[in-house]
Amino acid sequence: MDAILNYLNMDGYAAWVWPAYGLATVALVGILVQTRRTLKTREREFETLKSSRRGGQA
Amino acid sequence: MSVFTSILARDLRLAIRQSADSLTVVAFFAIATVLFPFGVGPEANVLARIAGGVVWVTALLAALLSLDRLFTVDFEDGTLDQLVLSGEPLSFIVLGKVVAHWLTTGVPLIIMSPILAVTLHLPAEGYLPLMLALLLGTPTVSLVGAVGAALVLGTRRGGVLLSLLVLPLYIPVLIFGTAAVEAALTGVSATPMLSVLGGFAVLALTLCPWATAAALRQAVE
Amino acid sequence: MHRFANPTQFMRIANAIYPWVAGLAVILFVVGLPIALVTSPPDYQQGQTVRIMYIHVSSAWLMMMIYGIVAGGSAAFLIWRHPMANLVAKASAPMGAIFTGLALITGMLWGQPMWGTFWVWDARLTSTLILFFLYLGYIALNDAFEDSERGDRAAAILALVGSVNLPIIHFSVEWWNTLHQPSIMKLSGDGVKSSVDGAILLPLFLMMGAFTMYYLAVLVLRLRSELLAAKIRNARMSQVAVDAAVGQPAE
Repeated sequence: MDAILNYLNMDGYAAWVWPAYGLATVALVGILVQTRRTLKTREREFETLKSSRRGGQA
Repeated sequence: MSVFTSILARDLRLAIRQSADSLTVVAFFAIATVLFPFGVGPEANVLARIAGGVVWVTALLAALLSLDRLFTVDFEDGTLDQLVLSGEPLSFIVLGKVVAHWLTTGVPLIIMSPILAVTLHLPAEGYLPLMLALLLGTPTVSLVGAVGAALVLGTRRGGVLLSLLVLPLYIPVLIFGTAAVEAALTGVSATPMLSVLGGFAVLALTLCPWATAAALRQAVE
Repeated sequence: MHRFANPTQFMRIANAIYPWVAGLAVILFVVGLPIALVTSPPDYQQGQTVRIMYIHVSSAWLMMMIYGIVAGGSAAFLIWRHPMANLVAKASAPMGAIFTGLALITGMLWGQPMWGTFWVWDARLTSTLILFFLYLGYIALNDAFEDSERGDRAAAILALVGSVNLPIIHFSVEWWNTLHQPSIMKLSGDGVKSSVDGAILLPLFLMMGAFTMYYLAVLVLRLRSELLAAKIRNARMSQVAVDAAVGQPAE
């Protein structure tokens, strides 16, 4: 337990090291989630557009 | 070359007819500079320390304000389409407009700068370097600004966008412009900084008209 | 080269490499993070803060690489009218801006314990800040137009103008920095150089590799997304045209 606490403390630099990694994680995950989400909405939009068009022509 | 002179003459004529535009830019330059003593306090030594930088920054902002209109009038009334389609070398047309812009805003700013520097208690040895630096630096400001002005043609928030695009590119001019003043104040020769500003102007003169022409061509396409 | 101009061809290649880069990104993060965060020893000078450097330098590396890609893609788009080159630039720029922001913030978090202040007008930090504004300008110009093609071309020209200016800006800032701060602290780079030992290089390279693979994988997703957006636009426009021809009001 002490070893873990000791490690998390980062020799007193915890306040700098962990926020840096936290922010990096937020940025990387954020880009990925945002990219996937727009991709999914556009895929759906494209599908409905295609099917509505096919319906219109028939 | 004739297209350069005819555009220059035309724009100068227009500027004289609407001389209030140039005056507004100079007035902005004055009021923006005068704000600083209210912001940092009227102590002469503090103001003297920042005078060169303040005059430079406000001059850049004033020039930026006027750049917004550089092409918009011609763009909206269709003159720009005709100029692009005229077959004349577009970079010379651009150069004519930029020189006219510099003569009607850059030069008034240079003339106004010593008066504003007085209110900021700039020491006597700083005036000549300040004016020379502005003389060598403002052409670059007009040339680089023209590229930005051409790029934002037809956008909704042209003016604000223009400052975002162009101000970062002005940093080198600002650095060497204020350094020239500072060098003179510390008793060092300002010539190296002035030469660098001259170098920037030559570089901008060779590249910017061409880039502006490309930007204008895609704007009317 | 022109082979890559065709979106179908380009996406075939991009989709083929996608599982590889995505897989590599995952592997490199899984291997690299524990080494960067746990097993690698603290630096003898910087102590545990050296761990910030692994993501700081990786972000800074991506911010420079992506600007190169944006500028190169813009050049290819303007010269050869390669639509895919433009899409690569357009899809990369927001990521470049975010990595520049990350480099700045991690730099500040690294600077505070090392220099005792969050911000110094150090040449590197200042240049990074300016690059951040160049990215913002590119992104803002790209979506300032109602006609998206105009935005593409204007932003491409801006990216090239910016890339010509970057060395000038960097040189000026460097010179300005030596003028005002006679070498009190030049840390950001020297910290890396002075301690070139394997214990630090291994996690650094792993993280840089992980970040790069991550960028490439997300880029493929963003390219798919951009192409779909273009297809939707075209479909809408032809729909309007069809409706107009048939005499029905467009919805």
